Amino acid sequence: MLLESERRENTLIVRLKGEWRIDNLAQIESALAGVPAGVERYIVDFTGIETIDLSGAWLLHRWVRSMGDRLEIAGAPPAHFDFIDDVLQLEPKERVPPPEARLSLREALAWLGRNTLEWFRQTRDAIGFFGRVTVNGLRAFRSLKHLRVPSIARHVYETGIQAIPIVSLIAFLISVIVAYLGAQQLRQFGAEIFTVDLVTVAVLREMSPLLTAIIVAGRSGSAFAAEIGVMRLNDEIDALQSMGVNHFEVLVTPRLAGLLIALPLLTVIADAMGLAGGALLSSVLLDISLDQFLPRMKDALAPTTFWAGIVKTPVFALIIALVGTYRGLQVRESSRELGRLTTVAVVQSIFLVIFADAVFAVVFVELDF
Amino acid sequence: MQRVGNERQTTIRPRSGGTDSAAPIISVRGVTNRFGPQLVHDAVDLDVYPGEVLGIVGGSGSGKSVLLRTMLGLHRPNAGDVRIEGMDITRMSTEELLAIKRRYGVTFQHGALFSSLTVAENIQLPMREFFSASERTYDALAELRLRMVGLPVEAGRKLPSQLSGGMVKRAALARALALDPSILFLDEPTAGLDPISAASFDELIVYLHRSLKLTIVMITHDLDTLLATCNRVAVLVDRKIVVDTLEGIMNNPHPWIREYFHGPRARAAHLARGAR
Repeated sequence: MLLESERRENTLIVRLKGEWRIDNLAQIESALAGVPAGVERYIVDFTGIETIDLSGAWLLHRWVRSMGDRLEIAGAPPAHFDFIDDVLQLEPKERVPPPEARLSLREALAWLGRNTLEWFRQTRDAIGFFGRVTVNGLRAFRSLKHLRVPSIARHVYETGIQAIPIVSLIAFLISVIVAYLGAQQLRQFGAEIFTVDLVTVAVLREMSPLLTAIIVAGRSGSAFAAEIGVMRLNDEIDALQSMGVNHFEVLVTPRLAGLLIALPLLTVIADAMGLAGGALLSSVLLDISLDQFLPRMKDALAPTTFWAGIVKTPVFALIIALVGTYRGLQVRESSRELGRLTTVAVVQSIFLVIFADAVFAVVFVELDF
Repeated sequence: MQRVGNERQTTIRPRSGGTDSAAPIISVRGVTNRFGPQLVHDAVDLDVYPGEVLGIVGGSGSGKSVLLRTMLGLHRPNAGDVRIEGMDITRMSTEELLAIKRRYGVTFQHGALFSSLTVAENIQLPMREFFSASERTYDALAELRLRMVGLPVEAGRKLPSQLSGGMVKRAALARALALDPSILFLDEPTAGLDPISAASFDELIVYLHRSLKLTIVMITHDLDTLLATCNRVAVLVDRKIVVDTLEGIMNNPHPWIREYFHGPRARAAHLARGAR
């Protein structure tokens, strides 16, 4: 207990005691809230306070102020009160603009207008971004200096070579799963041998390009957005621009070119691992040995099967690199923004990759590719 | 070897601030810091007395920040110990160290405000961590801190990115004051401020020091700040520390210290003070 109160007719005598320190914040709060209200006169006695710090004094001071004229002070108030009186007199040294009024109809309309304009501005920015990437890309292929080969090599290494283990593992496992489930269905027709066709076509046409692109979008799309976003937060991009260096050429084009090289190659590796997974499962569980598997696979392959998978990958690479770098360049001001836009980059690039894959599927069927 | 250092340094006592007889609140003994082959501190000793403002100066790379981090328990020295009111923080358990750290207020060079929280939430973060209370009480406590450092209460609703450089420094100081610390550590409190804001920040430091009887340890490159606020100055030179009063350090014959306090920039600062 930090205070005792005693009622004498229409006067309440409040005797404060104990430790009014920030460590006892909860008790201070409940003690002050527990003082009976609706009394005509209050007399506060500070003499029983053992220790008091600034926070305690401030809460007490606020309470005293809230009582106004009804309150009288007996005994010397804590020393901190002078400081607090002093602070309350201080004019703020810095000014901030007052917050805008809210919740009026006019505000709502203005909000709608602002957001519409913002949406238009973002669309324009996205188109502008695409245009600048195209211009810089074309220029990069005209001269070796603008191409920045060391930087591209770094990105091929980071987005491609370092991703080989995880991409291989996932392609292998997914193909094993497809072969296993497919074989169980096909066994009902006694057509287990068609498992080979299933694995070959599924892996080469769809599974390995799509899965590789999704893994790379999660790995490298987020890395692009985060790297460029941090550079934005550190004003590094402003620094590049102020030196007259084209930040698209330094940051965006090498990532794009690196991924355009790395993703098709990764997909080829995923193809190989997927077929290996199918072959392994077939020989272990289905008694289709490698000698049977390979000729059957050759029969199943149309001339276009492999290429139908590979031609999609540059498009996927383009989507992942563009979305990642674009969202990275959008980062402004705070670390929360960085996290948000990195997430947006991954989610959007995965969505766009799948969407593009659907478009490809329809087009290939129509073209009989 | 640490003993020797101990004897040598205890002869230096503050001559101003009326703290002659008090025991040091922080004492650094024989601290050696080494990064690879590079020796930054060679068995340095430093005492901070209650109620004083101690300025730490030194050239770039002389280990000012490392010394501060050592005193804060953020960096474990290769040798030596740091005592806060007689307790050795280099040999403390994590919980004890956390309890000690609650009595510190620290501001970092670039503010280190949490960019995803508003200023008021920044100030309330340590309070919420250690004490439970209602939102109104937290708001009231944040309001006091904002008022103390000369910020308007509305500034509490702003994000750090919406504040000017001077306001960020003040907001960082407000957060450092959140738990009513008895010791304040300020790392470059006026770096990057215009002279008017810096002078006004100096006044704020002196004001808080006087009214709250705080002990302040600050790293600064700003001679104006040093002259305006500090009782004593610790200079890091040649991997050692030289501590003296402001007048004493001005008359120190060491070439680097002479250059520091009597170089062209220093003369301008002295002139400015003379004119005031």
